[in-house]
Amino acid sequence: MNMPTTSMEGGHLVSNEMVMIAKKQRLQDFFFHRVTQGFSLLVLLALLGIIISLFINAWPTFQKFGFQFIWRVEWDVINKDFGAAIAIVGTVASAAIAMVLAVPLAFGVAVFLTETCPAWLRRPLGTSIELLAAVPSIIYGMFGLFVFAPLFADFIQVPLKSLLGGMPLIGFLFGGATNGMGILAAGIVLAFMVLPFVAAVMRDVFEITPAILRESAYGLGCTTWEVVRQVVLPYTQKGVIGGVMLGLGRALGETMAVTFVIGNANRMPASLFSPGTSIASVLANEFGEAEGLHFSTLFALGFLLFVITFVVLAAAKAMINRAEKAKGS
Amino acid sequence: MNTKRNFVKTLAMTAIASLTMGSALAADITGAGASFPYPIYVKWAEAYKAATGNGLNYQSIGSSGGIRQIKAKTVTFGATDAPVAGDELTKDGMIQFPAIIGGTVPVLNIDGIKPGELRISGPVLADMFTGAITKWNDAKIAALNPGKKLPDLEITVVHRADGSGTTFNFTDYLSAVSKDFNDKVGKGASVKWPAATSVGGKGNEGVAANVTRIKGSIGYVEYAYVKKNNMIFMQMLNADGKYVAPDDKTFASAAAGADWFSVPGMGISMVNAKGADSWPISTASFILMYKEPTDKAASAEALKFFDWSFKNGKKMAEDLDYVPLPDKLTDQIRSRVFSQIQK
Repeated sequence: MNMPTTSMEGGHLVSNEMVMIAKKQRLQDFFFHRVTQGFSLLVLLALLGIIISLFINAWPTFQKFGFQFIWRVEWDVINKDFGAAIAIVGTVASAAIAMVLAVPLAFGVAVFLTETCPAWLRRPLGTSIELLAAVPSIIYGMFGLFVFAPLFADFIQVPLKSLLGGMPLIGFLFGGATNGMGILAAGIVLAFMVLPFVAAVMRDVFEITPAILRESAYGLGCTTWEVVRQVVLPYTQKGVIGGVMLGLGRALGETMAVTFVIGNANRMPASLFSPGTSIASVLANEFGEAEGLHFSTLFALGFLLFVITFVVLAAAKAMINRAEKAKGS
Repeated sequence: MNTKRNFVKTLAMTAIASLTMGSALAADITGAGASFPYPIYVKWAEAYKAATGNGLNYQSIGSSGGIRQIKAKTVTFGATDAPVAGDELTKDGMIQFPAIIGGTVPVLNIDGIKPGELRISGPVLADMFTGAITKWNDAKIAALNPGKKLPDLEITVVHRADGSGTTFNFTDYLSAVSKDFNDKVGKGASVKWPAATSVGGKGNEGVAANVTRIKGSIGYVEYAYVKKNNMIFMQMLNADGKYVAPDDKTFASAAAGADWFSVPGMGISMVNAKGADSWPISTASFILMYKEPTDKAASAEALKFFDWSFKNGKKMAEDLDYVPLPDKLTDQIRSRVFSQIQK
């Protein structure tokens, strides 16, 4: 008879303690939840704050030029006459060139690293790609202006101009002065910059493909290309697109490296060789001495860059979703 | 309990006292603005700190930024290359005075041409920068350089990509000597360059790098960069019809002829100055301060700094290829401008 009582008492004691612990844990969970929620809300708040402050500062420009501001081809600080078209074209063109060059290269690098690279080379190669991604952009800019631009002028621009400059339809793309700077040069330097990013992400997602899938495919007699095309890519599609978007985001917003090599001429570029500007380079160049309408116009450009980046990211998300749906059906 | 509270109280009070004492002792002067005079202000600040123990924190954020900061009263003084107009100074209750003089120099890159070999006049230079002259063997350039063989080479105009006092000084000059340039381009810290082959470089170093790299290019940089990079400069025809090379003597000559107090705020333009030895593209960099400063101690300290630098900083300025203000002028600044500031 004694035994059960003690056990009852013991049980009662334990459950009391357990209630205390549970209460404490619930409280901890509650605070943890609230605190992390607060942190995430801060991010949202910061984003909203940036958009709103950009828009408020940009308002005088939007008020003066209206929607036309986006496609106006003009940049005259003295007469206070502004349009965003030149900078938008420069931004989009240089980023597009960068992606066209960088994505296939990055894909090749990632495939080599995950599929065919000998094990002893995998570590050093992978690390050096990660290191490349960590090089500050100003270094790329200096490299671009002092090392790349002179070589680019003599060994790429001049041959391209003499080879393709006379062709109908596309000849105009290779006209203009061959001084090593311009939209194409900026695009190529940008490609250097985003390549390690995209390659590193692609490698990481390729690696998560389950070995069993891959080995089964090889077992069926697939070639490496077939494995990559039919197994790895479909499995990692989302991650690959994510990596490409990360690179594109960097290319669109890159400032210092582009400022060094794009030529900084506020004119609509007539060819791939002509100097132009990008939104980020205009901001970097002109903020220090901007006043009044010029000042708010720079904010308007910043706002547009925000919108462009947002549209690009949204498009990528939509693309992923559609691909998922297509796979599901 | 009581003693403990007292102890905490005393501790807090000493902490506050030491904090305020600390800030009173290290009345660091803050200034912001023009990038052109940045090297000399920093040099002066170092020497001043060594001599008096008081520091100056100068941020090179651009002239417009300097004007914005002083208007927001976040700095003790603002610095600008393009002078603020007299009526605006009166409206804001500010004074303005020049602190240092320098010059802008057109530079070029043609194989076989030595520094100072080529001569140019203001209007022809303006035509090159508007794109009216596109080749180096143009008759107008040849007419100024009889006997020189100039190549059939396209002119690439290199300008500043960032807004800058150097651009203001240069376009101020070109607008003064060429009506065409004045109508098409005008003067400002950043302008719309009409030449079809223009490229922009960031900062003086960016322009210098582009000019040294691109054959047939012409650009403009501060004098210090000409010396540092051994660039090919041009001799300029000045207002007295003489050809002069850029150096501290020709800059000083341009400053000597200036009538500083002819406009309120001393904001005169030194371009195309009279005098047989005057470099036509010389400029002064200005300081802005409040007549009734909110922080009187910091303001007084800033005046002491400039007073000291005018007296002791001449050699340092010359070493950095600036031209210090002449004694007569600094005396006038002390008696007529510094005196307006409440201490």
